[in-house]
Amino acid sequence: MWRTSLAVAAILLAGAAQAQQQPAKITDEVVKLGILNDQSGTYADLAGPGSVAAARMAVEDFGGTVLGKPIQVVFADHQNKPDVGSSIVNRWIDVDQVDAVVDVPTSSVALAVQEITRNKNRVHLNSTGGTSDLTGKACSPTAVHWTYDTYALANGTGTAVVKAGGDSWFFLTADYAFGHALEQDTANAVKKAGGTVVGAVRHPFPNNDFSSFLLQAQASGAKVIGLANAGADTINAIKQAREFGIVQAGQRMAGLLVFLSDVHALGLDTTQGLTLTTGWYWDRDEQSRQWAKRFAERMNGRMPTMVQAGVYSAITHYLNAIKAAGTDEAKAVVAQMKKMPVNDFFAKNGKVREDGRMVHDMFLVQVKKPEESKGPWDYYNIVRTIPGDEAFRPMNQGNCPLVQQAEAQPAGR
Amino acid sequence: MMAAGVRIAAVAGVLAALLLAPFAIYPVFLMKALCFALFASAFNLLIGYVGLLSFGHAAFFGFSAYVAGHAAKVWGWPPEAALLAATLVAAVMGVVFGALAIRRQGIYFAMVTLALAQMIFFLSLQAEFTGGEDGIQAIPRGVLLGVFDLGKPLVMYYFVLAVFLLGFLIIWRTINSPFGWVLKAIRENEPRAVSLGYRVDRYKLLAFVLSATLSGLAGGIKALVFQLASLTDVHWHASGEVVLMTLLGGLGTVLGPAVGAVLIVGIQNYLAALGAWVTIVQGVVFVVVVLLFRRGIVGELLARRRKGV
Repeated sequence: MWRTSLAVAAILLAGAAQAQQQPAKITDEVVKLGILNDQSGTYADLAGPGSVAAARMAVEDFGGTVLGKPIQVVFADHQNKPDVGSSIVNRWIDVDQVDAVVDVPTSSVALAVQEITRNKNRVHLNSTGGTSDLTGKACSPTAVHWTYDTYALANGTGTAVVKAGGDSWFFLTADYAFGHALEQDTANAVKKAGGTVVGAVRHPFPNNDFSSFLLQAQASGAKVIGLANAGADTINAIKQAREFGIVQAGQRMAGLLVFLSDVHALGLDTTQGLTLTTGWYWDRDEQSRQWAKRFAERMNGRMPTMVQAGVYSAITHYLNAIKAAGTDEAKAVVAQMKKMPVNDFFAKNGKVREDGRMVHDMFLVQVKKPEESKGPWDYYNIVRTIPGDEAFRPMNQGNCPLVQQAEAQPAGR
Repeated sequence: MMAAGVRIAAVAGVLAALLLAPFAIYPVFLMKALCFALFASAFNLLIGYVGLLSFGHAAFFGFSAYVAGHAAKVWGWPPEAALLAATLVAAVMGVVFGALAIRRQGIYFAMVTLALAQMIFFLSLQAEFTGGEDGIQAIPRGVLLGVFDLGKPLVMYYFVLAVFLLGFLIIWRTINSPFGWVLKAIRENEPRAVSLGYRVDRYKLLAFVLSATLSGLAGGIKALVFQLASLTDVHWHASGEVVLMTLLGGLGTVLGPAVGAVLIVGIQNYLAALGAWVTIVQGVVFVVVVLLFRRGIVGELLARRRKGV
């Protein structure tokens, strides 16, 4: 009783506070989006210039103005260095009137941007950053995590592969915190779905020679080899597994962090049969195909990755929220984003949760054999649609302080 | 007499410019430039005046950033204590690294320092308290001596400036002391310094520790400026970057490394929108400097003036 009345009082107070704010305000007469990502390094292909193109498309499709004020796009290369990213974002906010920072791959940079945008009250729309801490212990009332996170990929792949018959697993894990977390999340999902983990081997980070680790994985007899690593490590492991003929011998490889651009770079011959989870695939339905074709026209025929599509979708939702809320004040806009469902070529009935997680369906896909592929970029067979609520981490397990507040629980720690 | 007057006027001019700079230029950029300027100056103490090329200075710079970050965030230490801890840790590391490395010369010295620095990188990647590849985020800047709120950009800038000037003064004083002259003697001709009765190893070690300590100070203050500490600063790229800054500005000149640091940080910050071109611009600048003024920007200016007079 007491708790309910308290909650009611809190809602009334919040409502009153909102009513007092004068709406229909766009600060500095412009809505500026800052695309911060890696333009030249490891992540340039999967996000990079493509994300900037997606952002520009979103702004053009929106009409170029919101509430009568122009929308501008700026971008910068954070070179995967948190201090470079941090100084760019600080300058964007303090000097250049940027209202929202978008994309942001590389966990360390994403977490740094999360803190700056929280302190300076600007919006952070993260599409390419992987760490699930963004909606966990580092969650912020001004941030939304759009496309995927490592938990969803690990959990999605773990559960779905077991359901598809791959019930014994062996992990190839990059020996540092990120790799361990990825292995842990996947192993939990595998066990929960009724599978077993036969073993795991830790490889140094970064690593070039996977032969001894792959032989161990092969000898384990597990049906599935899970790659709990990222970037160049994953690519090297897949290439060398091909040389050992592991997939041809009947074992299945599961990539926990693989993007369409990686498959494109490696080629179908090397990647065929690889199982992975993706937040979006361009060739899923008519709507997504149409958008992807428009994107490809701008990008010399390159099809969009899930995170590039996510940038478009997130920006569109953000601009719609500004329109609906009548202001570009960060907290109000993000609160509005949480009220509206997401329905576009990217997500069906997606919703932004209290902790900032955009929950939408994920897809378990298997890379096609070269003879199945009808042309360039025709790479995936969708094996299973993973409902959003099943894919993403339940809100109460993330230790997000916002959620604890909302549920009026005593603050932990 | 005249020269001394000019010099005093020049120093006063530069100081005034530094004090007024945050009103004209974005303070966060200035603070970053100052951190790297101190780092490069500390590095230059070793390569420019003793002739030892360390390829592991990122270890002191980056690891101290973690120490300062951890002390300020987890232990809740005030900024001055966190900085002191960072500096002390760097000093201790300097003693260990130095004692091992100065036994060798030239490329072997560089390789020993690189190997030790890679060990620190591995430690930073694996250790619990560094946060692995995520790094330490949201480090509080705190209140300096219980009086100055470093959360305000201007206050933080003047604090960084004070720390930089202090470090710079220590370096300047070292170079222009009898100790500094012995270092230069070792650089020019080590066997001769030995034959004159100097215990060369002790001088080298002391210079190494001093350089490491000041690099640590620079790393610690950087962690407070950006409120984060990450693998970038312990990575060997950072060791290479500081060599680049020192070479660009002018090896063995007092102001050179600082100028080089401002240049490189400026390129990284203001040309970030060029994307892939940033590294190419850096490369072109480096090639131009090496081809046209091999002594570095400041080194060349000094040489021209000397020739003119």
